[in-house]
Amino acid sequence: MSLCPCGEMIFMPETTLEPQIETDLKSLAQDVVRRAMDAGATAAECVLREGDEFSTLVRLGQVEMLKEAGSKSIGVRVFNGKRAASTHSSDFSHEGLERMLNSALELAKITSEDPFAGIPEPDQLGSIAGDLDLYSPDVYSLPGEERIAYARRAEKAALDFDPRIKNSEGGSFEAATGHKILANSHGFVGEYRRSYCSVAAVPIAQDDNGAMQRDYWYSVSRNLGKLESPEQVGKVAAERALRRLGAHKVKTQHVPVILDPLVANSILQHIFEGVNGDSVYRGASFLAGKLGQKVASSNVTVIDDGTMIGGFGSSPFDGEGIPTRRTVVFDNGVLNSYLLNTYTAKKLGLKTTGNASRGLAGTPGIGPGNYFLQPGTKTPWQLIADVKEGLYVTEFLGMGVNLVTGDYSRGASGLWISGGELTYPVEEITVAGNLKDMFMNISEIANDLEFRGAIASPTIRIDGLTVGGE
Amino acid sequence: MDRNPFFFNHYGLTENDLERYLGAALSAGGDYADLYFEYLSSTSLSVDESMVKSASQGISAGCGIRVISGERTGYAYTDDLSPARILHAAKTAALIASGPAKTPSAGFQQKAARSLYPVTLPSVDAEITAKVELVMRGDVAARAYDPRIKEVRVSYSDELRNILVVGSDGTFAEDSQPLARLNVSCIAKNEKNSARGSSGGGGRVALDFFFGDKTPEYFAKEASRQAILQLDAREAPAGEMEVVLGPGWPGVLLHEAVGHGLEADFNRKQTSAFAGLIGKRVASEKCTVVDNGTMPWRRGSLNVDDEGNPTQENILIEKGILKGYLSDKLSARLMGVANTGNGRRESYEHIPMPRMTNTYMVAGDDDPEDILRSVKRGVYAVNFGGGQVDITNGKFVFSASEAYLIEDGKVTAPIRGATLIGNGPEALKHVSMVGNDLKLDEGIGTCGKDGQAVPVGVGMPTTKLDRMTVGGTARRDPGGFMQ
Repeated sequence: MSLCPCGEMIFMPETTLEPQIETDLKSLAQDVVRRAMDAGATAAECVLREGDEFSTLVRLGQVEMLKEAGSKSIGVRVFNGKRAASTHSSDFSHEGLERMLNSALELAKITSEDPFAGIPEPDQLGSIAGDLDLYSPDVYSLPGEERIAYARRAEKAALDFDPRIKNSEGGSFEAATGHKILANSHGFVGEYRRSYCSVAAVPIAQDDNGAMQRDYWYSVSRNLGKLESPEQVGKVAAERALRRLGAHKVKTQHVPVILDPLVANSILQHIFEGVNGDSVYRGASFLAGKLGQKVASSNVTVIDDGTMIGGFGSSPFDGEGIPTRRTVVFDNGVLNSYLLNTYTAKKLGLKTTGNASRGLAGTPGIGPGNYFLQPGTKTPWQLIADVKEGLYVTEFLGMGVNLVTGDYSRGASGLWISGGELTYPVEEITVAGNLKDMFMNISEIANDLEFRGAIASPTIRIDGLTVGGE
Repeated sequence: MDRNPFFFNHYGLTENDLERYLGAALSAGGDYADLYFEYLSSTSLSVDESMVKSASQGISAGCGIRVISGERTGYAYTDDLSPARILHAAKTAALIASGPAKTPSAGFQQKAARSLYPVTLPSVDAEITAKVELVMRGDVAARAYDPRIKEVRVSYSDELRNILVVGSDGTFAEDSQPLARLNVSCIAKNEKNSARGSSGGGGRVALDFFFGDKTPEYFAKEASRQAILQLDAREAPAGEMEVVLGPGWPGVLLHEAVGHGLEADFNRKQTSAFAGLIGKRVASEKCTVVDNGTMPWRRGSLNVDDEGNPTQENILIEKGILKGYLSDKLSARLMGVANTGNGRRESYEHIPMPRMTNTYMVAGDDDPEDILRSVKRGVYAVNFGGGQVDITNGKFVFSASEAYLIEDGKVTAPIRGATLIGNGPEALKHVSMVGNDLKLDEGIGTCGKDGQAVPVGVGMPTTKLDRMTVGGTARRDPGGFMQ
């Protein structure tokens, strides 16, 4: 059910962790790789992650939750010729690591020989130079009481905004830091740290009939200094909840649909899934085999860039130790590049785009860097002004999207556009079409691009969709 | 005490240690504290392009410490189970309270619990070669089903979760929870179209489950059948119409429409569309809805919940009247209601919350054939993908992955995937017929709430709703809804 987009609600008290023996995690990762090779692996890769998280939730002015913790885990991928296997553990004892390694080597005896399996070639490995500004220790600089105050101020601003804001799921403040290390048997070793903090409010508006509407707003940053004020966050959250009051269904019809940036973001995610090398080589994407072809409206340029300073999707190297880069995915509507890791690139006879994502378990997947739709020149208000009758979507519900066929059908709520203006709120309706047509029918792109995560989109207009209701 | 001594053996824990940690958790006061120890081992492997490309195993262990003071919760966890780190986490969680130290109750009491999944050899410890055989057989069977099946992926995963929960009220509970799942997904292609199909199942079962009735061939056939069928699917209709839901997995309707809205945390905070509706009509009198954590071998079942309470069978809606909420320790205490044993969490890193187990509608009297015959024009939906709900305004969706048109009482053409949307406290009032064919799902459901995923089950007999909005693309014509 969870609709809060800000991830887990997190907070932290002002204790300092008692000193722990500082292990050099980089040497540990290299050591694990060496031990795997000594035990007979033909190639090996080790990933190590540690992190701290803090979160606090204030509800109706009272602290409801404080959470603080740190964790550390390690994973290894080994190759026995063309056979691969992986294991992971949170047990860093000598026996724990030994067991992890032995299991991986055993597993690599029973997997299949895959001619394309392997770690990247040595000359592909590396890390982009310079400071990407991804880590700011100031996310933990606030004393405990001020962290709670951030959450409290965000909620209070929402509750004070209008008497119809009568309840709340709370205000929250979160901070987290992460440290990632990757080493492999070609001698690559790299590490980076990233930080994150956020403030959010989730108010509930209630009308005279007792009907309730909930909405949220948040600000997120790698750097406490750049976080929006809690008051601003609370006010926007209240406005978003209030404008939903009195929502009703509309008749089933075909009208232009405008997606606000948070909602348009989901269309970018579908494009991402469609160009993801994993779905492409399996033929599980309707974009497979369409390189060089026009697959979207001519105004659509989609870019993936893992190198942006301070970006939420930035890192100096990807999950396999390949330097990140900038890739034009859709170039004025033409499919210019898939997004690939080493394996999928080999399968497709292409070069990796440095988009390997590496969790602790399993083989590397594919993840976005900073992935966005290039903005246009009109304001969102101009887009709305051009629509006689139409739907402005502020929320999608459900997962009714099929990347194999492009079939698209989701629940929606938002505001009805009439005579070029936002009028009454609507809900309990569906928006349906096919992604193949939808990409071609992105008729307008506004100028309001703003990064609130690794994937970002401006407001967009899509024509030709079916709005289902009464 | 007759104990599964897992943590005592593995980590040298003693009852004295546990009392000391709880004492540290209550060192700044608070009403209650508990410790949740977890040791999770897992395996996964998959076959893709007829190759076992990946296999992985993992171990994750840790301890989560919670302190409750009034409505406040302090939480900390550690993945290092040394006494120093656990004590540090306990003291961190303790900071939520501010008062004189309290002493936990002396000694622990273990409640009698069921044995719902008595496996002798947990699948996680079974031979890996048997698991390789399962995924390979699934691949072969799917490809043999029809030459139009072009891509096949079969994945198998299992885990064994050992837990120990102790509370400052004397709670002491241990459990060893197996979970296994096999899944087949495939893509069919003809000259014009591509389509996908997916089927899977499992539960808190041993590996032999997949060598009985629910074989890789069984799931492969079902996934392939769906994919081939979808190659010729027509546009789905759009708008309000009669909807018949098939038995089994369509129970996801109940999970979204009512289940989440009845979780006690939302009702304590009065943020659910169901708040204040106990004793009121929220469904037609044909509807009795149950959440039952005590069904043997089921994916959503638990001997004890993640707060150490035995699970039970809870009636949520009886003949259309709302009867009760799903609660955990915190909400039960603050709301003054009984604890229903629904406190669950994803792992030691997470705070427990009221969650569903296996949620289903009790069978009615109608013959499924009669139900279909009663529909002039409508949609028959038999398989679904996921769903989602906004518990505050009650709006929910669930997406059909296999559905057909019903025309003049007959099931006719397959239609493309479509989302169904409704309003929780209203949707079930339109239930006019309930079949005598209750079926539980195959064991594939995972529920997400506040970023925490837990395994659940759903179930449903064939059910007719007189009115529901279907989110297709087809234009309505004056004579009906299809062109």
